[in-house]
Amino acid sequence: MSDKKPERRDFLFTASYAVGAVGAAAVVWPLIDQMNPDASVKALASTEVDVGSVKRGNTITVLWRGKPVFIRRRTEEEIKEARSVKMEDLIHPEKDEDRAKNPEWLVMLGVCTHLGCVPLNDKGDYDGWFCPCHGSHYDTSGRIRKGPAPLNMEVPKYEFVNANTIKIG
Amino acid sequence: MSDHDYTPSSKVGKWFNDRLPLLTLANHLTDYPTPKNLNYWWTFGGILTFCLITQIVTGLTLAMHYIAHADMAFESVEHIMRDVNYGWLIRYIHANGASMFFLAVYIHIFRSLFYGSYKSPREIIWIIGIIIYLLMMAAAFMGYVLPWGQMSFWGATVITNLFSAIPLVGEGIVTWLWGGYSVDNPTLTRFFTLHYLIPFLILGLVVLHIWALHVPGNNNPVGIDIKKPSKDTVPFHPYIVIKDGFALLMFMIVFAFFVFYSPNILGHADNYIEANPMVTPAHIVPEWYLLPFYAILRSVPDKLLGVVAMLSAILILAVLPWLDTSKIRSAVFRPLYKQFYWILVADVLILGYMGAMPAEGLYLLIARVATAYYFLHFLVILPVLGFKEKTIPVPLSITESVLGGTPNLAAARNRESSEKLK
Repeated sequence: MSDKKPERRDFLFTASYAVGAVGAAAVVWPLIDQMNPDASVKALASTEVDVGSVKRGNTITVLWRGKPVFIRRRTEEEIKEARSVKMEDLIHPEKDEDRAKNPEWLVMLGVCTHLGCVPLNDKGDYDGWFCPCHGSHYDTSGRIRKGPAPLNMEVPKYEFVNANTIKIG
Repeated sequence: MSDHDYTPSSKVGKWFNDRLPLLTLANHLTDYPTPKNLNYWWTFGGILTFCLITQIVTGLTLAMHYIAHADMAFESVEHIMRDVNYGWLIRYIHANGASMFFLAVYIHIFRSLFYGSYKSPREIIWIIGIIIYLLMMAAAFMGYVLPWGQMSFWGATVITNLFSAIPLVGEGIVTWLWGGYSVDNPTLTRFFTLHYLIPFLILGLVVLHIWALHVPGNNNPVGIDIKKPSKDTVPFHPYIVIKDGFALLMFMIVFAFFVFYSPNILGHADNYIEANPMVTPAHIVPEWYLLPFYAILRSVPDKLLGVVAMLSAILILAVLPWLDTSKIRSAVFRPLYKQFYWILVADVLILGYMGAMPAEGLYLLIARVATAYYFLHFLVILPVLGFKEKTIPVPLSITESVLGGTPNLAAARNRESSEKLK
C-alpha cells in the first residue's frame, strides 16, 4: 500500500468521503440541535419579584426558568458569619462581598451543585442550607462547606429595579 | 447454522422456503441441540423474552391513554388507574413487570458469572447482553419519569445531572438533554419518545444475542464443550420448551403475587404526589434494581469520580471475559472462585442495602468498603485466581457427568491418564 503512488482515483475517493462526511454532519446537526432550549423556553428569561414583605431572617423561593431561586433577607449575625470565613476554609473560594452586593439580600439558585436537588433552608452544620439528597452543607452565603457538591450555589444575574423589586435574569 | 439440511415436506412449503428460508430457521430453532444437563438457572433466557414481550404489549396499550405533557401526565396516569377499562391491571403489570424483568436479568447475569458463560467462545453473547442490560436501565429510568410524580421529577433531575460532572461540556450536555434550564415539558416528551424506542432496540439485540448463542451453542453446568456426535444433547423442542414453560409458570406466580397483592411495594409513595420543582423529597431513592450502583455513586466523595466509579462498575462487566484468566468455565470445578463468587453476591446485596440507606455514618463506611471490594473482585482477584487456583479435573463429557453424578476425582484422573496412553 505505502509503496503505491497515489492515483487520480485515490484522490476522488478521499474527496468523496470528505464531502460525504460534511453532508452527513450538516444533516445530523439540526436533528441534534432541535433538543436544545427552544425559542419559547428562552423567552422566559427574566422574572420580577416583589420582596417588600420579606422579613429579616426569612427566605422566599421563586421559580425562574423552571428552577427555584432563594431570596434571603439575612440577619446581622448571618452576614457577620458569612464575611468572617477565611478563604482557605472554603472548597470553592468566593467572597461573600462578591456574592451579595447588598449584604442584606442573598439571591441565588436554590439548586445543589452536586446533582440538582433543592437544599433545605436553615439546616446543616453551617447555619445555611442542607441538601437532603446526598448531604451537602452550605453556609449563610450559600457556599459549599461539606459534602459532595463541588461548587457554591450559583448567583444569577439580578438587579434591584427599585427598593422593593428584584429583577432576576 | 444447523448441522443438517432441511427440506419442507409440502410442495408449498418447499416453494416458500426456497424463496425465504423461514421454515429452515424454524426447523433450526426446534431441533437446536441443547446440553441435556441444563438446570433451572438456564430457564431465565426464556423468562426474559416473556418479560420483554409483556413490557412491549402493556406499554403499547398504556401509550394509547397516556399523555406526555407536564401539565397532564400525572392526571392521565390517574385516569388510566381509575377510568380506563382494566387500566389499573395493565399499569400494574407494566410497573411491576419492570421489576420482574430486572429480577430475571440479575439471576441470568449471576448464572453466567457462576458457570463462566461469558468465556471464550461466548464473549460476544456476553457483551451484547451487557448492552441490553444498559438499555434496560435507560428504559426503566425514563419509564419511571413518565408518571411525573415527585420521584419521577427528582430522579430525572439527579440522573441527568450526572452528566454535569463531565468537565467543560457537562453543563451544555445537561441543558441539551433537558431542552431547557431544568427538567420540564421538553424533557418529558423526549423521554417518552426514547422510552417507546428502546424496547424495540432491545428486541433487535435479543435476536443478535440468541443468534450469537446458537453459533457455539449453550454453555452448561459442567462448562465443557459438547462432543459431536454424541448423546450430550437433546433437541430444544420439546425438552427445553417444556422445562422453560414450567419455570415460566413458577415465575408468573411470583409476578402475579406482586401485581395482585402488593402492586406498590416496589415503588415509592412520593411518586403519587405530582412533580413540584420547588420541593425535593426528603429522601430520594432510585428503584431497587439500581441501588447497588447508587451506593457506589454516593460512596465516592468527589462528584466526577463518583460518576466515573458508578459507570465503571457497570462497564467493567463488558471486559470480564478478559479479566477472568481461568480456562475452566464452571465454578463447580473452581473451589476458590466458588467462594469468591458468593462473596461477590453478598457484596452486591450489601451495596444494594446501603444504597437505600442515608449516606452517612456507618452506612457510608460499609458502602465504601463494599465498593472497594467490588472493584477488587474484578480487577485483582479474578485475574490472579486464574493462575493461582488449583482446579478440580472436569469430566470428559456431559454424559459422564450426568450418569456419574459428582465427578470422582480418582476416576477422572485414571481416565485422563488412560486417554493419554491411547
